[in-house]
Amino acid sequence: MELDLDRCTGCRLCQLVCSVTNFSENNPKKAGIRVVSKLFTDARYDVIVCDQCGTCADVCPVGAINMDEGVVRIDADTCTNCGVCIDACPNGALFSHPEVAHPIKCVACGECAKYCPRGVLDALAGLRKVAS
Amino acid sequence: MRTMHGYAGSILRVDLSTGVASAQPLAEDLVNAYIGGRGFGAYLVYREVPPGTDPLGPGNKLVVAAGPFSGVFLPSGSKTSFSAKSPATGLYGDSNIGGHLAGELKYAGYDAVVLEGRAPVPSYLFIEDDKVEVRPCEKLWGIGAIKTEKALKDELGDEFQIATIGPAGENMVVFACVNHDIGRQAGRCGMGAVMGSKNLKAIAVRGTKGVPVADMSALRKVAGEMFSALAANPALKVWQDQGLAQVTTWSNSIGALPTRNFRQNFYENADALSGERMRSDIHVRDKACFACPMATGKYCKASHRGESVFLEGPEYETTALIGSNCGLGSIEEVAYANYMCDELGLDTISAGNAVAFTMECFERGIITKEDTGGIEARFGSLDAFVEIAKLIAARQGIGAPLSRGVRAAAAAWGGGSEDFAIQVKGLEWSGYESRGAPSMMLAYMTCDIGAHHNRAWSVTHDIAVGRNVIEGKAAKVVELQHVRPLFDCLGVCRLQWVELGLPLEYYARLYPAVTGRDDTWEDLLLKSERIWNLVRAFGVRERADFGRADDQPPRRFYTEPVPDGPLAGSRVTREDIDRLLDEYYDLRGWDRDGRPTVKTLERLGLADVAAELLAMGRIS
Repeated sequence: MELDLDRCTGCRLCQLVCSVTNFSENNPKKAGIRVVSKLFTDARYDVIVCDQCGTCADVCPVGAINMDEGVVRIDADTCTNCGVCIDACPNGALFSHPEVAHPIKCVACGECAKYCPRGVLDALAGLRKVAS
Repeated sequence: MRTMHGYAGSILRVDLSTGVASAQPLAEDLVNAYIGGRGFGAYLVYREVPPGTDPLGPGNKLVVAAGPFSGVFLPSGSKTSFSAKSPATGLYGDSNIGGHLAGELKYAGYDAVVLEGRAPVPSYLFIEDDKVEVRPCEKLWGIGAIKTEKALKDELGDEFQIATIGPAGENMVVFACVNHDIGRQAGRCGMGAVMGSKNLKAIAVRGTKGVPVADMSALRKVAGEMFSALAANPALKVWQDQGLAQVTTWSNSIGALPTRNFRQNFYENADALSGERMRSDIHVRDKACFACPMATGKYCKASHRGESVFLEGPEYETTALIGSNCGLGSIEEVAYANYMCDELGLDTISAGNAVAFTMECFERGIITKEDTGGIEARFGSLDAFVEIAKLIAARQGIGAPLSRGVRAAAAAWGGGSEDFAIQVKGLEWSGYESRGAPSMMLAYMTCDIGAHHNRAWSVTHDIAVGRNVIEGKAAKVVELQHVRPLFDCLGVCRLQWVELGLPLEYYARLYPAVTGRDDTWEDLLLKSERIWNLVRAFGVRERADFGRADDQPPRRFYTEPVPDGPLAGSRVTREDIDRLLDEYYDLRGWDRDGRPTVKTLERLGLADVAAELLAMGRIS
């Protein structure tokens, strides 16, 4: 999956949209996506988000993570929040939050891609900017 | 306790002298009367910093405040206000910063932080949700503002949002700024000096909590419309490409670009400082404040004498005051000087003024090479700029008087230099030369913190209704002085409205969705007027002679006609200035000495302030 990272401005609207959409909260830490500033070292931003590779499902000791029509989903009722998947994720794209009893990951809802002002995330959902 | 929608719900008080921190519930009265951000700052500084307090002593308080829109799903809820008694003016001062700090403060659980006392050793304030610590950091003292941010990010992690000061703040230069997110500054009024006086090198914040809103579906609807309108705006692209740097060419074309210490308002070399040149010559990456589609921040690279540096900027104000006002020759030169100011922790607007003032004094022979320590302080010299900036930050040589601002430097150097010390109330003039723009001139004269443009950027009004017209100009200034600072109370950027024309109606609709309060836009404007008058009352309480004399422009603007450029020959007359002030005071319900009347203060719900000033014999 190729994100157009050269266009990222680090505004973090994607994180905010994710929390609003999936948790009905204004809380960028409660989101399945992260913008990381690499300005000091590489003069650019990085976006960390799940590419649905399934590694987490393979390592989950309780079978709480499954592929559902191309999207890797965590079953909150089964998950014990042990953190094995967080450590195993090759992209670092599972996030823990003190108020959520399971790791948070991208569910491919596409809302972040819809709002991204620069089209950085189009590859996530094949969607275009919110305005037409 | 009921949920206070749009707010984190508490104020953090930190006594730096003892290191004791305590969170207090946000009072309903405060929220209802003062909204947030600048409003909280004005109220708390008025209430808690008594007259006569040394701005650089432990008795001053620094209020760092977000607003109800900060960190919320809407375009650019990114603004944090820094408020304190200003060491530049001796009056109330505030300055706000974009970037990513405001939301983070609320996610950590605080709408405002009140910093009191003075840390016994150089320290930084660490905030991670409920964990608050004053941590010693002697190692960082003396380090540049941006380098300090990097050091703390390396130690704490990228998710911490960090505000720092540079050596100028440590040394209490009265125009030292607070720096954040590499190139965002609370630049004006010396808020960095207040931090330095408290031995506070930095504030680092990370939060994991959500900001509650009253009606999430209404918020999503309004914010969705706003984001869509911005994305569809054909003017968005040039803002994304050039940011505020594009303003330089326009400002020059209308005869407003400060040039050679405001002698001129047209710079013959402005093409070399344009937004296009920024983009083509030094631009590296676009850089946005929180949740902002405009991304006016421009990460750039500049080299000078074999040293290559990265910085955010230069934007318009920096280009105007450092570039044309000091006669520099290229955008890369401006960028390098910008970087030096950022690392040293100097406000580029005041620093540009201070260096330009020095250059004019030098060229006129008021100061000599003996005074400057050998520096050839001539317009156009980047080397001179850099050397003078370093002396200011260190408060050495000619930097010592300059570190107290151009008003103080003029008093020290004499020779008639006060006529061209370009300031009001002790704060240096920002980027619009206004001899051909009477409403903009009045806006600078009456701006509550000193000569700053952001309270009433009315130069476009002058262009629209006539450059020489006086009639009606005061009314426009008053109107804007209520609308624009309201954004600083709400904790949201105003550029989307000012520059891309996003209707104010959207913000009026956001307010009930976010806060659950039924105030109309007019209700909010009345609160903004209350804050404006409270800030004025701070000055009236502070000094028996505060008033009309504090609202005067430098003599240059009404004695020297513009020498060249599109507005050659124009000036505002002394009579114009008096008429503008009379009309302004009348519209505000102040007396002709510029003091609010009891009646006006009572109308605005400030009866207690009126009683206090009346008892002191300051108003009638």
